[in-house]
Amino acid sequence: MKPAPFRYIAASSLDHALSLKAEHGDDARFLAGGQSLIPAMNFRLARPAVLIDINSLTEIAGVTGSPGSEIRIGAVTRYRALEREDDFLKGCPLFADALPHIAHPAIRNRGTIGGNLSHADPASELPAVALAMQARLRVRSVRGERALTASEFFVGLLTTAVETDEMLTEIILPPPQPRSGSCFMEIARRRGDFALAGVAAVITLDQERRCAAVRLALCGVGDTPVDASAAAACLLGQPCNDQTIAEVAAAVRETVTPSGSVHASAAYQRHIAGVLVGRALKTAHERIGHAA
Amino acid sequence: MPPDHHEISVTVNGTAYRGRVEARMLLSDFLRHDLRLAGTHVGCEHGVCGACTVLLDGVPVRSCLMLAVQADGHEFMTIEGLAPDAERLHPVQQAMHNHHGLQCGYCTPGILMTMTAFLKENPSPSEDEVREALSGNLCRCTGYQNIVGAVLDAALTMRTSS
Repeated sequence: MKPAPFRYIAASSLDHALSLKAEHGDDARFLAGGQSLIPAMNFRLARPAVLIDINSLTEIAGVTGSPGSEIRIGAVTRYRALEREDDFLKGCPLFADALPHIAHPAIRNRGTIGGNLSHADPASELPAVALAMQARLRVRSVRGERALTASEFFVGLLTTAVETDEMLTEIILPPPQPRSGSCFMEIARRRGDFALAGVAAVITLDQERRCAAVRLALCGVGDTPVDASAAAACLLGQPCNDQTIAEVAAAVRETVTPSGSVHASAAYQRHIAGVLVGRALKTAHERIGHAA
Repeated sequence: MPPDHHEISVTVNGTAYRGRVEARMLLSDFLRHDLRLAGTHVGCEHGVCGACTVLLDGVPVRSCLMLAVQADGHEFMTIEGLAPDAERLHPVQQAMHNHHGLQCGYCTPGILMTMTAFLKENPSPSEDEVREALSGNLCRCTGYQNIVGAVLDAALTMRTSS
């Protein structure tokens, strides 16, 4: 047996899970899909004394809301469940783009969106998607509940603003703006591997089809998902064309500070971050024609 | 800490089992050590290699990334349950044999479980789709070429026979 000993409790309700967490504090971890926590436990990098299994909490599973409106995703909704919700994918093209890049089907059959975001791996796709979409993240504890913006939620490497007694329970995606388009792209050495860099882009046009708002978030190039929207400010008020998009790509290259790894140097990661920003913005812009 | 034990009931390859497991026992270890179904192989034990892949209620999962206690009430299929009977192989097994899709065989059970589930979802895959579907299963012997050939051939066999 690989993991260190622990006590296992299957929570029977959200309230039960939250009261157990309040009782056991940092000694306890929530077990959702387990696709990040169990490997960490197998390596004994994580040694929780108590494991609170939240897999059977149907009250925080599933998707509500229709395309064009606000969409709410329960934290223990599995990736594969999201991949099979056609309406959801239609309303959230960033998810439709990003989900197939997350590991492999055998992992996606177990992994959950809440577990993914709470793990806050900066190389992971969905934190960047949440940041680009300006998702709100609802966290609950026995003390009450609060909603965080994605930028408040991700505070550091594998670190979120979720307190010891809290649980991320719901992901709230705001309705898309009219005349907007989005795209997620990444480059990985092999399908399913963590990306060397990935980009989530959302563009909104004004009546004259000039850029009215742009959101850019990157994964794999920092300690957290990186909000690079400020680097795209040069696009505001401009038409989206090869030249203006190239300016954004150049600005993003200046902004990001990837660390480099055995798979790619920092300079290469910075280069492909720019390439992906260019491609993702171009595709997001082209999709507006179809959506508007 | 005293060991934390739990009673579980699972169905594996159509047979019901009851067991008493320590909370920290992985599903892969439960299958191999307690149920003596050692066809499920254990490679990396952190979800990367795919050797331990089994079907949970019909869909592939890593059995090293699930606790045995979480298996309670669920149905599993392992490599031991894949062939229809003692005389015949499953079409994907037969194709792997025909194409020499294995050498040491360590990754093979995980690949077979992953590919049978994949072909059920996508009965007419392109070669690229097969390669992508195989990307979560590491094989260090074959270079994948013969596995890809076997899966494409198995898909054809299964389409023509159904």
